[in-house]
Amino acid sequence: MAIVQQVVFLLVLVAAGVFVRKRVLRLRDNILLGKKEELTGDKSQRIKNVLLVAFGQRKMFKRPLPAILHLFVYVGFLVINLEVLEFVIDGLAGTHRIFAPFLGSFYGVLMNFFEFLAAAVLIACVLFLLRRNVVRIPRFWSAEMTQWPRTDANLILVTEIILMFAIFSMNAADQVLQTRDHHYVATGSLFFSSFLIPLFQNLSTTTLIITERFAWWFHIIGILGFAIYVTYSKHLHIFLAFFNTYAAKLEPKGHINNMPVVTREVKSMLGLTVAETTPAAAEAPPGRFGAKDINDLSSNLLLSAYSCTECGRCTSECPANLTGKKLSPRKIMMDVRDRMDEVGHSIAAGGKGLDDGKTLLNDYITKEEINACTSCNACVEACPVLINPLEIILELRRYVAMEESGSPAQWNAVFQNIETNFAPWKFSAADRFNWSKVS
Amino acid sequence: MNIPTIAELAAKGETPEVLFWVGCAGSYDDRYKRVTVSFVKILNAVGVKFAVLGTEETCTGDPARRAGNEFLFQMQAMANIQVLDGYGIKKIVTACPHCFNTLKNEYPELGGHYEVIHHSTFLQQLINNGQIKMKEGGSFKGRKITYHDSCYLGRANNIYEAPREVLQALDADLVEMKRCRTTGLCCGAGGAQMFKEPEKGKQDINVVRAEEALNTGATTIAVACPFCMTMMSDGVKNKEKENEVKVKDLAELIAEAQGL
Repeated sequence: MAIVQQVVFLLVLVAAGVFVRKRVLRLRDNILLGKKEELTGDKSQRIKNVLLVAFGQRKMFKRPLPAILHLFVYVGFLVINLEVLEFVIDGLAGTHRIFAPFLGSFYGVLMNFFEFLAAAVLIACVLFLLRRNVVRIPRFWSAEMTQWPRTDANLILVTEIILMFAIFSMNAADQVLQTRDHHYVATGSLFFSSFLIPLFQNLSTTTLIITERFAWWFHIIGILGFAIYVTYSKHLHIFLAFFNTYAAKLEPKGHINNMPVVTREVKSMLGLTVAETTPAAAEAPPGRFGAKDINDLSSNLLLSAYSCTECGRCTSECPANLTGKKLSPRKIMMDVRDRMDEVGHSIAAGGKGLDDGKTLLNDYITKEEINACTSCNACVEACPVLINPLEIILELRRYVAMEESGSPAQWNAVFQNIETNFAPWKFSAADRFNWSKVS
Repeated sequence: MNIPTIAELAAKGETPEVLFWVGCAGSYDDRYKRVTVSFVKILNAVGVKFAVLGTEETCTGDPARRAGNEFLFQMQAMANIQVLDGYGIKKIVTACPHCFNTLKNEYPELGGHYEVIHHSTFLQQLINNGQIKMKEGGSFKGRKITYHDSCYLGRANNIYEAPREVLQALDADLVEMKRCRTTGLCCGAGGAQMFKEPEKGKQDINVVRAEEALNTGATTIAVACPFCMTMMSDGVKNKEKENEVKVKDLAELIAEAQGL
């Protein structure tokens, strides 16, 4: 019987591993649809960002209540996964609580700590569900939070709650079994799960063994299922936040990325020497100006779209969105991700991929949305994982202005004024210094 | 009033300590011209050796770049860099956060390297090193002032304290809006919005922001940006409070306190 369980466990583990690998490769391919962009600047600052912002959750704490609840879930996730290590070894070796004999009484302390975290995770998830569905915090209900994004969030929360109950049930049944069967190693009293002991005390040993095994299998399969589910979900942030904070822009937020291809053209138009151009760069096809589709964006920006967990802090701070305009920075990120998924899926199925007649601009993100942005950086400042929706908006605007000449008429007038009078308004350049006379 | 142009100084073989970059709003916008003049008065009173470009100045290209027209931006930037480098400019002060951001953060990649400083920081330094002496219990004592953070100073360049220190030097009662510093609400003009009608929505951003400012009970709304000046003034007018509440730039407030 034991060997059957071990074989089944091995098969389940391998199957989950193969599937997760396939998904990770797909995500990687999708991200690599973007343009390659070298990460420049201070590496130690990048590492600092990972440690403070991703690992240390610093920016979460701008809003203390959700930050503390999130911290419980985050620490719970990290630490309880240590227990999963024991699960995997036990599953493969057919042992039970293999670490217990080595750790002695410390094992009980450790298990109690895990149970404490499990309880904290459980409470946090219940409160999160209430915030989303009962209190209905506006940022979880804005326009782009359609059926699926809302379900995605709720599914994960409910799953976590069930998984935590599985741990408690397993430990409760286990504690009763410890008094009846020496196969069940003594763990000492486990505080939280002991509340459930009355439910199990009067059950027969066989029923208890089945209950304990069921909870064990439920928990480990739940976790493996979660690993697969994450790759389809906004919950990718639990891994990608670390990469994204590393790749995040280091320049002051006011800085807009330069376009060297334009610099070369402008320099040659002005008759300036184009010294720093390497022959390879000069011969490279210029490509599109700005971005019309995901392959015009850098891979770093595509990575950031997968790092977004749709918390909506960006949108809740966006002046355009707050005043009823269509622009939502969160929707920008969700659109980029959805378009990547669509293209990736099409390519994998031997379809047309990027040439499917759709584009990020127009089919996902409208001009009305990008035109409403004030470039105020409130969204960038608000993001707990250093995502920059503004960079994407500006790249889309560049495409509209330079490839389509499709900017709003008033902007085209500004362009014309700057070209002819060197000021955005229709005033004569000769009058620029007139302010000195009136004073 | 003494307003030397860089060309005049160059003709005399002199170089200024600092170039005052006036900006398009400071040159053409009737309201912001008064800020330009106030700042020049302060520079003269303190004895800073400065110069302006006069008719040689042109748009930095900021609105073009933010509206997506990179060609136009770079044409402007290259032309400006040629002028600035031609005069050997090392240090620039400007009263416009948009010019400030572009000159400071975006010109270096195109070959223009200058020490660029916003007038809020410049004024703070003049106060701190004693070149501007503030009188105790001046006309601002007890006056409630609220400061509206410009996005291109605050979030864009992490300048939150300099403008506030300038206001504190006035001995006024500085009150904060609910959304301030890193969470300050935009006036609605950045990213070239200044030059076009807003998209369809429920409210105008500047009216919402003006309401927040009025809710503090302040009688003066201090700004440090020409676009914020326009947007906040319009917002206050929209609320029909323009007689009770004034929108003023930092330079105007300092000039007023100094009796300039």
